[in-house]
Amino acid sequence: MRKKKDRAWYIFFVIPLLFIFTTVVIIPFVIGIGYSFISWDGMPLNDKTFVGFDNFIRLFSDKRFITSALHTVIFTVISVAVINILGLTFALIVTSKLKIRNIVRTMLFMPYLIGGLILGYIWKFIFTDLFKMIGETTGLNNFFFSWLLNPKYALAAMIIVTTWQMAGYIMIIYINGIQGISEDVIEASKVDGAGFWRSLFNIKFPLIMPSFTICLFMTLSNCFKIFDVNVSLTGGGPSNSTEMMAMNIYNEIFSLNNYGYGQAKAIFFFVAVASITLIQVAITKKREVEM
Amino acid sequence: MKRLWKLFISMFIIMFSLFYLFPIYIVVVNSFKNRQQLYANMLAAPDAISFDYYVTAMNKMNFLRAFGNSLVVTVVSIAFIVALSSMTAWMLVRTNNKFSKIIFFVFVATMIIPFQTIMMPLMQVMGWIRDTLHIPMLNTLGGLIYMNIGFGASMAVFLYHGFIKSVPISLEEAAIIDGCNKFKVFWRIVFPILKPTTVTVMILDVIWIWNDYLLPSLAISDKAKRTIPLSTASFFGQFTIEWNLAMAGLTLTIIPVIIFYLAAQKYIVKGVAAGAVKL
Repeated sequence: MRKKKDRAWYIFFVIPLLFIFTTVVIIPFVIGIGYSFISWDGMPLNDKTFVGFDNFIRLFSDKRFITSALHTVIFTVISVAVINILGLTFALIVTSKLKIRNIVRTMLFMPYLIGGLILGYIWKFIFTDLFKMIGETTGLNNFFFSWLLNPKYALAAMIIVTTWQMAGYIMIIYINGIQGISEDVIEASKVDGAGFWRSLFNIKFPLIMPSFTICLFMTLSNCFKIFDVNVSLTGGGPSNSTEMMAMNIYNEIFSLNNYGYGQAKAIFFFVAVASITLIQVAITKKREVEM
Repeated sequence: MKRLWKLFISMFIIMFSLFYLFPIYIVVVNSFKNRQQLYANMLAAPDAISFDYYVTAMNKMNFLRAFGNSLVVTVVSIAFIVALSSMTAWMLVRTNNKFSKIIFFVFVATMIIPFQTIMMPLMQVMGWIRDTLHIPMLNTLGGLIYMNIGFGASMAVFLYHGFIKSVPISLEEAAIIDGCNKFKVFWRIVFPILKPTTVTVMILDVIWIWNDYLLPSLAISDKAKRTIPLSTASFFGQFTIEWNLAMAGLTLTIIPVIIFYLAAQKYIVKGVAAGAVKL
């Protein structure tokens, strides 16, 4: 009797969420794998033809996709490095004993709360009209011109905006790590004669390895999946030179109507994101030290 | 000497932080200018404060409507995510059997799936539900909320699960002996204890749902049902950009975020840190 009742409660508590979750995440994921083996233009009445692994084979000769993958990798590597260096520097400033630390934290974190789409539009104005104006009035038009019209500079613009958004967020995680180091350890290292740099590299960094793991994971996966900033800042242009993987998948499916082929890209994207982040976590976890 | 150095460093850091926020300055000052004034000098403060462009931008963006939609979607989605995820996580922790372990594993494992991987089949599933079961899942705020609950479930269950494991079971047992059923035990005794995690989940989900663009752009097509990111995107897509109007529009979208930030800064910073550290 009691067992039956317990089971009823179990179902009552777990099933509603599990049901929603299954219809929104699990079923689409599973049938998504199925879609990646067919050719279909998205029209419900049109035929879905089974093409086996053709969609996946096609990926490797799709120039636009390979270019976008390459740009995504370049963008991710540079962004992850810059965001983490900046975020960590900010965190060291904010955990110093300076009186201004709280206001600085408030200011540096703010961009993270404004969505990527909005940020992209704001910076679009800066990189196009404002830069042009500065270039025209100061004569420094080697640097100040409309960045979004030049493929290389447009990619740099993507990196700058993403960094501007994420650095404050990463700072918060590093702050948490640094504050977790006990004063005693720092004091002891001072007594032993360790200077600022020495204590930074030999004491603080090893002790905040768990924060490195988290921050690298967050920045890697967020940068790799970047979409909103891409849409609003460059729209993929000029001539697809800043089209990142997420946008390439979106365009393949919803603009070019290649539902099957686009879904194959989406599955490939999943495998790429999952393996890169899992490998990173495995590597950095190994280097964490116990106190 | 040391104090002077500290003062100098502090000044430098403050200057840097102000410079860091200069894009926001650019948006705000230019939102008060007309076209000529804007192109005359984009860095200067406006000569006169005029809210005309705000009124125009508000009308063009259908701002109040979008704001209302965003608010409804965010609040209702989060209420459901918090209620359902905490209930689920509690049951999974307290009923230690194979099912619970499998269900929890599935929730956690799927966190790594990028949205792009399921967006197209998700739209097919929702379309199928609409056509076959006649439940309007697409182009309704309700449908968007339903999908938000699905996408928010994993992380919320994960965060609650971790916290509940550290809550002693003795309180709950006492209440059960007193004759409370599980529903009452959970809402009267357990849920209040979970408050720190609830705050974390709420903060993380507000940031995500309020700014979410891709899912709403796929799920919503009616003008009247647009959320703020959607109406901003369509505002920018409509015509060759009139930047002074656009700046007013962008300022409008940023203001609620900044108010929320300044009002709940303590919780936001804590929540964001707690949410990340547990992952």
